[in-house]
Amino acid sequence: MASKNVASVSEDICVACGACTKVCPRQAISVINGCFSFVNEELCVGCGKCAKTCPADCILIKERAS
Amino acid sequence: MKKQWYDYLWIWSIVYFALGFFNILFAWLGMIDFMLPLIFAIFGGNKFFCNNMCGRGQLLNKLGTDLKCSRNHKTPKWMVSKWFRYGFLVFFLCMFGNIVFQTWLVASGAENLREVIKLFWTFKVPWGWTYTQGMTYDWIAQFSFGFYSLMLTSTLIGIIVMILFKPRSWCTFCPMGTMTQSICRIKKN
Repeated sequence: MASKNVASVSEDICVACGACTKVCPRQAISVINGCFSFVNEELCVGCGKCAKTCPADCILIKERAS
Repeated sequence: MKKQWYDYLWIWSIVYFALGFFNILFAWLGMIDFMLPLIFAIFGGNKFFCNNMCGRGQLLNKLGTDLKCSRNHKTPKWMVSKWFRYGFLVFFLCMFGNIVFQTWLVASGAENLREVIKLFWTFKVPWGWTYTQGMTYDWIAQFSFGFYSLMLTSTLIGIIVMILFKPRSWCTFCPMGTMTQSICRIKKN
């Protein structure tokens, strides 16, 4: 069953440092072509570890769209 | 996640500064950290270096997260803004250009070698014990002193923002990070 929440990246603010990729327990987040982080919503459990780690505060935990 | 060899590059960051404390010529090794991110970005179109191999980022993470030296406060918005990121990149490149110019002055004989490092581009710290005249060409040593100053200053800034804000707040305005992300974005478009 999919989690209630999911991480969402603001691509314009993301600095693509990759700090989020190191803390994700599901390996649901990756840096795409050195441009910004991308969340695989199927894997994401919305735990918020990435949002807490992100130095640019560009990751939001929002309610999953049904 | 299984640890890779490059997950231990934070040790390299410490070793680099330690080596420069004994022999300033080791500062040239820092050029690896300068060139590799650009090579990855230009030829690979990625930020593999920033994401996996940056010893400084790993060290800041170690200090801030594992050793809990960071307050974990939000990084100020202006520090993440584009004008600050690109402004700092331009400033950093100008300072690097100044190092190259000083090196050229020493190479041409217009200036003498200055055995000091400059912290925060302002404070001169005597560093003469790390170099003996005649070891090599003076311009090689001059570049070493300048480059080591740049590396140490940027690491100190990284440590300050790590303590004040988040462990990897430095990454938001790291000139190499800004430069490689720009290259990747240009390549993608």
